[in-house]
Amino acid sequence: MPVNLKAYPATDFFDETLERPNRSRSHATGLARLLRSLNDDELAARQAAAELAIKEMGITFSVYSEDEGTIDRAWPFDILPRIIPKLEWDRVEAGLIQRARALNHFIDDIYHEQRIVTAGVFPTEVLAKSKNFRPQCVGVSPPLGVWAHICGSDLVRDRDGTIYVLEDNLRVPSGVSYMLENRLVTKRVFPELFDRYAPLPVDGYAAQLYDTLCQLCPRRTEHPEIAVLTPGIYNSAYFEHAYLAQQMGCELVEGRDLFVDDDDCVYMHTVSGAQRVDVIYRRIDDDFLDPDTFRPDSTLGVRGLFRAWKAGNVGLANAPGAGVADDKVVYAFVPDFIRFYFDEEPLIPNVPTHRCMFDQERAYVLANLDTLVVKPANESGGYGMLMGASASNSERERFARLIRADPRNYIAQPTLGLSTVPTIVEGRIEPRHVDLRPFILSGRTTQVTAGGLTRVALRRGSLVVNSSQGGGSKDTWIVDTEDP
Amino acid sequence: MLSRVAESIYWMCRYIERAESIVRVLSVNANVQLDLPKGVAPGWKPLIDVLGANTAFEARYREYGERQVVRFLLGDRDSTSSVRCCLVSARENCRTVRDILPREAWQYLTELQLYVEDNLQAGLTRKGRYEFLDRIIRGCQMTLGLLGSVMTRDVGYQFLRLGRNLERADMTTRFVDMRLTVPESRKRIDPTVIGTVQWVNVLESLSAYQMFRRKMQARVQREHVLWFLFMDDEFPRSFMHCLNAVEESLGTLDNNRPCLLAVRQVIKDLDQTDVQTLDTASLGVRVDRLQRGLMDIHATVARMYFLPPVEAA
Repeated sequence: MPVNLKAYPATDFFDETLERPNRSRSHATGLARLLRSLNDDELAARQAAAELAIKEMGITFSVYSEDEGTIDRAWPFDILPRIIPKLEWDRVEAGLIQRARALNHFIDDIYHEQRIVTAGVFPTEVLAKSKNFRPQCVGVSPPLGVWAHICGSDLVRDRDGTIYVLEDNLRVPSGVSYMLENRLVTKRVFPELFDRYAPLPVDGYAAQLYDTLCQLCPRRTEHPEIAVLTPGIYNSAYFEHAYLAQQMGCELVEGRDLFVDDDDCVYMHTVSGAQRVDVIYRRIDDDFLDPDTFRPDSTLGVRGLFRAWKAGNVGLANAPGAGVADDKVVYAFVPDFIRFYFDEEPLIPNVPTHRCMFDQERAYVLANLDTLVVKPANESGGYGMLMGASASNSERERFARLIRADPRNYIAQPTLGLSTVPTIVEGRIEPRHVDLRPFILSGRTTQVTAGGLTRVALRRGSLVVNSSQGGGSKDTWIVDTEDP
Repeated sequence: MLSRVAESIYWMCRYIERAESIVRVLSVNANVQLDLPKGVAPGWKPLIDVLGANTAFEARYREYGERQVVRFLLGDRDSTSSVRCCLVSARENCRTVRDILPREAWQYLTELQLYVEDNLQAGLTRKGRYEFLDRIIRGCQMTLGLLGSVMTRDVGYQFLRLGRNLERADMTTRFVDMRLTVPESRKRIDPTVIGTVQWVNVLESLSAYQMFRRKMQARVQREHVLWFLFMDDEFPRSFMHCLNAVEESLGTLDNNRPCLLAVRQVIKDLDQTDVQTLDTASLGVRVDRLQRGLMDIHATVARMYFLPPVEAA
């Protein structure tokens, strides 16, 4: 049977590919045409080819289970690309650059004179209760004034087609390796579409990341020694750590490979003796980075690393303390940062966010718990949230108590209707919800990946896109032409 | 190259080599039981003795019967003298360096480990044993063969060679040592027949029988076997060959002086000994000394090249 796009279910969400059943958006006519030319078996064969490629290429993520310990799972991937017109993407890209610059300004300001607090734009009590504000970083000036060199901002599109920033990940955002591998797989599966669409390439990322890291080198040297610091093979993102180290041609190290000597420089143990390390792309949270400065029980980190960084003898990306802006309450102020530091309007809006620390906004939240999503300030991966519309009365009451007890720790947002993309589910094409995580690199310049990682909730109706909870991913195409 | 990486490659290789050796000695021992009359056959205890695993073994089993020894050497979950543990350890070491080694190495080790887990019960039966052991030997050789044929001859490869040759040298001394524990014959049988069978057994355990015959063109006699297994520089499992290879690998590394000294001392010691003529007692003493020499080489390599031990917090 030929692939039937007429049978694609109509929903009241924004679909990225089909305006309505059998009617593609103008940028997706080429994809729709190709799909109509295939039959169900051919489509299934292409999906199978992709799964085989993923297995062969060893693209995995690790899941921890009680019974089996850590196991590697093949990366769940849907072959139908998500296409975004370049014209629209250009605005998004400009907005992301504006946002990353504002976030870096904010972090640098917070650890120095705190002009934004003095000006009354950012309330000091937010800072006082921030879990990721690191007093140890006050007064430190990292190279170029940049703290968050790698930022992953999650974007979502609501029913009316507006793109919002949902959150900014400034600690150790992951997923970029999957973005790169997804492209390789899609090239194998849909080579004919590449002729027609010529999506903007994404494979420059490793080189851009390498260049960004080189800019943090404390020495004048032609070949800085760069290392990727991983918590180890049992971390769920270990595949990515190894992948990036390999792509950049630098060492993948664990904490025990490194030490800080009396000269406050960082060295790695090699078979040729101690070797100086100039820049570390660390994929370990602040808390575990250095037992001398942060959690003393950490065995993952490197004793004295903070001291070496503070002395300017090693570059750390992201800088310790950058996570202060990775807080859902701080998030709510980002549009104000942009206005304060640049005197500009934000190019991409925040999701409308109610800050429970303010009386009026809290009153609104408490009165509308049945329609809002409530999030704690410092959790990620969907933990500790209230989905008001589907929660029980007692759950809502519990959250009302939590909010009253610690208003600073909560924000609330309307329930968004995430956009959908056609996805192959058991041989049929059905709409599934997606988000998008582009990666922004900040050094001397600010660069954004062409697209990013589209994560898709594979379960019908689900909004949860995390790979550990039944999420998959898609290749994301930025295409230059409206009607190829 | 990172110390941790070098160390993982070294141990991965040692464990693969060790798994193969255990399988080999087990297989040969099973054969020799059939060749010798009851009451003369050495039984199964020497296998545990030679691997120095008596404490671990006795914690689980009361008697050194065939069933117990085979089960212990193939399937024990904790002892580094079990094939299963060696393969798990080899794979765990490979896991941390899988991006540095050829991709297939990880794949082969994973397949091998899965095979062992899935077929262990069959392998414990007398009927299924031969195929099970054969598959493991093939899996080990395939992995080491792959590494040997596609790995760049860089520092990592030298650590692979170091691990392989130190483990081989160690196993060779152990297998000779096993021959030394001759059972007291309770029946009147020509001792030279028993001796021959046992020396053939040692040679077979090291896959050395064929090469011995070709090279020595002599009957399997004690002095010839000893010379071949210790001194021959051409047979890849002979002690001297392994030590020369270790010396060669170390020669390519930085800061190698202490390690070279340790190796050369063992080589010199052996060179000055006329192993053929040693009687059983002095051979035993000599084997112990060689094993201590190997331990010293390992300790020096670890001190010079591997991660320093974690300091107490």
